[in-house]
Parts: sequence; C-alpha cells; structure tokens
Amino acid sequence: MSETEHEPDVTVDSRGATCPGPLMDLIGKVKESDPGTVIELQTSDNGSKSDVPEWLDEAGHDLLEVVDHDDYWSMYVEIN
Amino acid sequence: MTEHIVVVGGGTGGTVLANRLAEKLGPEIERGDARVTLVSDDPDHVYKPTFLYVPFGKKTVEDAKRPLADLVDHAVDVEIDRVTGVDTDGKRLSLRDSGSTGYDQLALALGAQLVPEELPGLAEGGHHFYGPDGAQELRETMAEFTEGHLVLSVIGTPHMCPAAPVEFVLMADAWFRQRGVREDVEITYTYPIQRAHAIQNVADWASEAFEERDIDVETFFNADEVDPEAGVLHSMEGAELDYDLLVGIPPHEGSDLVTEAGLGDDGWADVDKHTLESDHAEDVYVLGDLADVPTSKAGSVAHYEAGAVADRIASRTRGETPTATYDGKTVCFIESGMDEATFVDFEYGTQPTVREPSKPVHWAKLGYNESYWLTARGLL
Repeated sequence: MSETEHEPDVTVDSRGATCPGPLMDLIGKVKESDPGTVIELQTSDNGSKSDVPEWLDEAGHDLLEVVDHDDYWSMYVEIN
Repeated sequence: MTEHIVVVGGGTGGTVLANRLAEKLGPEIERGDARVTLVSDDPDHVYKPTFLYVPFGKKTVEDAKRPLADLVDHAVDVEIDRVTGVDTDGKRLSLRDSGSTGYDQLALALGAQLVPEELPGLAEGGHHFYGPDGAQELRETMAEFTEGHLVLSVIGTPHMCPAAPVEFVLMADAWFRQRGVREDVEITYTYPIQRAHAIQNVADWASEAFEERDIDVETFFNADEVDPEAGVLHSMEGAELDYDLLVGIPPHEGSDLVTEAGLGDDGWADVDKHTLESDHAEDVYVLGDLADVPTSKAGSVAHYEAGAVADRIASRTRGETPTATYDGKTVCFIESGMDEATFVDFEYGTQPTVREPSKPVHWAKLGYNESYWLTARGLL
C-alpha cells in the first residue's frame, strides 16, 4: 500500500533518524500544533511503529494510518 | 596566497579544533600559507560538565572557566567578537565589533543555547544546573532543602550531556542520604519517551538503579507548563506532578545564524555525519552541539569531531584529498552516586554496555575533569 486518503497539514521528515528521534520530532510538532491538525511523520526507524502508537495512546491522539513506502513509513496522526 | 581558516566558537569543539589546526598546519602558518582565526564572544572557555557538581557543593562555577587566551596556541589569532551573519556564497562573516572578515574554510562550533522561557512558568518555577547562574542558585536551594518532593524533569530534547539528568538524581539520592534527610525527601525523575533514557541500555541500567534507590520514574512525560504558584508541573499527556523543588532540563536551541545562512531550517546544522561538512554550503564545517548528528550532544563528541575536522581542513589546505572521518565515537562518564561512577562508549549505530559502577571510575571522572584542560589545549 502506498496511497492514502489523508491530507497532512504538516509533514515531519525524520527519515534517517534513529530511535527516539522520530518520536521526539513528532512530540515537538504536536506541542506547537492545534487540535485537528493532521501530521505526517516520515520515519525509517522500525522502532517508530511501536513507540509512536504507544505515545499517541498515552497522550490521547489518533493514529489514522501507516503507509509503507518500502524504505520509510508515513504515519498519519491527528491531534485531539 | 594565504588560506584563511576561521573557527567560530570558544567551547570544546572550537578550541580543540583551533589547537589541532595550529599543530597540523604549523609549517604552513609559519610560512604564511595558512592563517587560523578563532572568533568567540566570550573571553573565557567554559567546561560545562563542572556545573553538575556545583549544586552538591563539590565544585564552584569559577572552576568551570579559564581564559581562552591561556588555552589556545599562540599560532592562532583569537578575536573576541560576535559573529552576526554568515554569507556562505561570498565566504564572509559579519562581526558585531569589527566589520567583517573573509574565509576560505569555515568551522562553526557555536554550541547549544538554553531557552527556559520556551516552557511557560519554567524560568520562574524551576531550577537547572546547565549554566553558571542556574547551578549556583540550585546550590543554595539544595543547601536549604531538607524535606519535600524533588522532581527532575527532562524537558528539553535534544539537550546537552544526556547522562547528566540521570547522574543528578543518583547523586541527589546519595547526597540526601549523607545529610540524613533522605527519608524526608521524595525524588521523581521524568522522561519524554517510554523509557528512562534515549539509549536503551542506559535506560535499563538507570531504571534498575532508580528502583533500588527509591527514585520514582514517570515516562512519557512531556512537560508543557509549570505552575510556580501551586508548585505543579503539567504534562502534554495530561499528568500533573506536585513539586517542592523542580529541576528542569531546559529546552535548548541551536543558532539563528544557522537558519539565516541556510545551513539548517531549525537552528541545528545539517551536516554529513562522517565528514561534518555542511549539506548546504562549500567549505563549511559544523561541529559540536550545533551539528545535527545522530549521537549525544556531549563534550567528547565535539572533541572527537574536532580531530576529524582538523585533519580534513589541514588536508584541503595542503591541496590533498581529505580522508579523515568521524565515526560517532562518544564517551560519557556517568556518576551513580557521590563516590561511584560508570562510563559508556559507543559509535554510530552501536549500543553501549553499562559497566558496574565503581570508585575508580568515579576517581577517573574527577581526574579527567582536571585533565580536560589538556584536551582543550589539543594535547589529550
């Protein structure tokens, strides 16, 4: 799957960063964004697939979709 | 024609680099084929790891600094001035006091800056030990603190010296025990992600040490407001922590010069992690805390990076092809109390092993802190 219906308001490119870089980049962006914002987190770190959903659950935001692009993933997040 | 090499920043990265260049390019400087200028807006060199010991009365803020002029090789021109602009196309730097200067090769080592004001209430309600004033104020507060809840919150990420928050709470635990008040002091450590430290093995080791010493840990805790009146720390995740003494690792930022010069879009400079060459400009290197590389913002990183950058600049000055690279080598001592320590060392992509803490490693850390001044001179 490489197509998505989600239109991000903002994209965070964390490709190449290792854990916990992508999660910290996402947290930083969430901190400065308003509720309803859709963020696309681009990550090539396998650990993001577990630590990002875990944090979203803790912080009460939604993971809309994860799209596999072969060499990285796009994780679509909506801020509540 | 004289090759003009300008190093900006008088911290570990800039000072070690300038001294290494003086050594490697000695004959070229002697002949007038090369010139090395170190520009810093502070006439003193500051060794920041000293500040960790100040709150416990083991060092003073004065111990952390020495005049830059005493540490830098006489073959280097030291300019006390502030760089206010970088033109990488024209290869010129604007200077606050003395106009401008051209360069053939440029190395930026401006460090990271503390911005506690980024978190509402932190400057008023929190303490820190990441700078001289903060460390001195915390020393006085700690001296009076005999009961209540001490909360150490890692707020800023990335931040300098990633081991220091872990060290601080382990040292505080031992210090309060020595003072006979530990039973009346509750200690809590908070961290932004799902474990106690970014590095998994350090997190595992620290979690075990915290449990043994009755230090509470709150993970997934991203502070978003301090209420100094009520003594409450709020997190993005909706948690609240009451505190009597808050030690907050402040948010950090890179440099506006980086953003304005197009060397990175968020204040941290985009570089090749092995060569430290800018992704966006020719003949520009960035090292130390300012460079966005996937390892710690630590003095050892700046030190080892400076070795590789000096070698590359020297090669290029001689018309050779540079071959030296930085492999991510990072060494951090970690105090685990007031008289024991361990250390970790790792490179890009590797996990450090945390060894059993011991007294000799603690003595080695204290000894290294003294011999650091030889590192700054480029000798160690």
